[in-house]
Amino acid sequence: METIFCVLVGIFFAAGIYLMLSPRFVRILLGISIFGNAVNLLIFTTGRLTEAAPPVLGSAAAWRAANPLPQALILTAIVIAFSFFAFLLVLAYRAYESLDTDDVDEMRLAEPKPVRPPLGY
Amino acid sequence: MVPRFAFLLAGLFALSPSAALAASDAVDKADAMLTGATPLFAWLVVVPIVLPLLGAGVLLALRSKPQIQAGATLFILALTTLGAIGLNAAVAINGPIMMAMGNWLPPFGIVVTIDQLGALLVLVTSLVGLIGLGYARFDTDEDSVQFGFYSFYLLLITGVNGSFSTGDIFNLYVWFEVFLIASFGLLIMGGRRIQMDGAVKYGVLNLIATTIFLIAVAALYGVTGTLNMADIRTVLASADVAPPMAIGALFVLGFVMKAAAFPLHFWLPASYHTPRIVVAALFAGLLTKVGVYALLRIVVMLFGTAGSVFLPLIGVLGVLTAVLGALGALAQTDLRRMAAFLVVSGIGVALIGIGLGSEAGYAGAIVYMVHSIFAMTALFLVIGLCERLTGSLSLAMPGGIYTVNGLAAALFLIFGFAAAGLPPFSGFWPKLMLIQASLATGGTMAIAGAVGVILSGFLTTIVIGRAWALTFLKPAEGPERPAGDAAGLSAPLVLLAAIIIGLGIVPMLVIAPAEEGARGLIDPSSYIETVLGQEG
Repeated sequence: METIFCVLVGIFFAAGIYLMLSPRFVRILLGISIFGNAVNLLIFTTGRLTEAAPPVLGSAAAWRAANPLPQALILTAIVIAFSFFAFLLVLAYRAYESLDTDDVDEMRLAEPKPVRPPLGY
Repeated sequence: MVPRFAFLLAGLFALSPSAALAASDAVDKADAMLTGATPLFAWLVVVPIVLPLLGAGVLLALRSKPQIQAGATLFILALTTLGAIGLNAAVAINGPIMMAMGNWLPPFGIVVTIDQLGALLVLVTSLVGLIGLGYARFDTDEDSVQFGFYSFYLLLITGVNGSFSTGDIFNLYVWFEVFLIASFGLLIMGGRRIQMDGAVKYGVLNLIATTIFLIAVAALYGVTGTLNMADIRTVLASADVAPPMAIGALFVLGFVMKAAAFPLHFWLPASYHTPRIVVAALFAGLLTKVGVYALLRIVVMLFGTAGSVFLPLIGVLGVLTAVLGALGALAQTDLRRMAAFLVVSGIGVALIGIGLGSEAGYAGAIVYMVHSIFAMTALFLVIGLCERLTGSLSLAMPGGIYTVNGLAAALFLIFGFAAAGLPPFSGFWPKLMLIQASLATGGTMAIAGAVGVILSGFLTTIVIGRAWALTFLKPAEGPERPAGDAAGLSAPLVLLAAIIIGLGIVPMLVIAPAEEGARGLIDPSSYIETVLGQEG
């Protein structure tokens, strides 16, 4: 089971990084989203996968309960990643509107061509 | 009215944990929970986090009343700073302080733990936030105040303070995201085209950096089975658990990216000069330093001897960053972009201190961080002030600011020389400490470190001198521009200048706690004792 998840995490990372290498902002965002999901799966896997009941407080301490901690971590990570993705998506739209391009190589407003300063005083 | 209140209170008491505890069956929680009351001074630990967080919420609720926002923020940050001063005193007396969230004992619950290093940085952060506010009052328009400028401002301080004081590695990630989202909000506020461009680069690269950090956290959890920093340190220090190189490499990669060290610094000069100047100043002062702090905390303290593999790499990166950042600043004509490159160069100097791997090196890096928080904030603010006086600032268009406002010109020179490390300003002592530490270390890194520190200081002096001569001293061409009113804006800058000169004259104010903090990083036994010793 762990092996399958490890391979899956690898594939997700590869796909995410491939998309992030693209100059198109929307593709980069999709890459980030997949990257984030890869991390979630990674956290899940590092918590050791057990086919056991979900942990519920009670007297049955002898259960083989699934590790609850990674699930709490993933929940946090998902919430954060989702809000960031939403923000960046809106940012992408606004940037496309105001800069007329979604190619980050062409977004050069903040990094203008250098102007020659006066050489003498 | 009164009966309803009484009813409400009764309801609250019925729901309160103590009532529930009394009613529950005999589950023994003594192993997992703190049963006694939290000592009063431990509450100081969360003051610098909770106050701004609460304030941000309250201000958001009151966003339709822009006239009270600045005053309320000032009040909150003043209280926060007072809390941070008290915290420093408490840490100096008691050693590291821990507070267990929800009374869950470590390693189960999240703990907020502060040692001398964290307390010092929390104080500096709160102080810079307070001083920056004096400038922000004149730098914001009503629109941005209504969009929640001050809420974001407080959230940024919350996030940075939280990062400096958490004792849980996943919680550190969460605080990273808190100040990251606050910085996004501040970065795009105003919505000019150039801000969109800067925000795209800043947003994407910082998000990737924190995600890489999260990958490393996940892998570290897989290896150690715990998230509590003190617990991780004890697990990693035992001989049979060797963390794979990849985990440490991921941590270094993530933090070096956040700290904007060469070759991962390109996002910083692309974005830091785009927002309103007080925002840029806060970013320049605080955000990159969190990356350096996290390197100190995780690679140095948590990994201990296992992390020493990475120190030469960090040192080499530091030398390259310090020199190339200053060279990059020399190539700029826009003063804001120039200052952004100086931030990068300063990060390099701090990284050299980490790379030395000695207690003196860490102490130098910590003192440099404190100096850099003040100096970089001040440098950006004074550039903003001059921009206000003359319209725009570029080396290609001489501004003649010296004749318009001599005070601003003098302040620029003070802050610039402080950044370059000239006495009697605050930058001199940490650089001296770093050079001494380099020479005491011996080997190649010693020469490289000393050369890096000296060369970056030398280049920064040229950068500042050139900018000053061209923009401030050289008479303006064309008609005389009217001088804007800058009296209110200058006040926080004069305060910063006083701090910078004060730290240059009485450096022990920072050096003493920094050395204590460095000792705590190398030998965190009292930290671990504070966090894990409560079970008995």
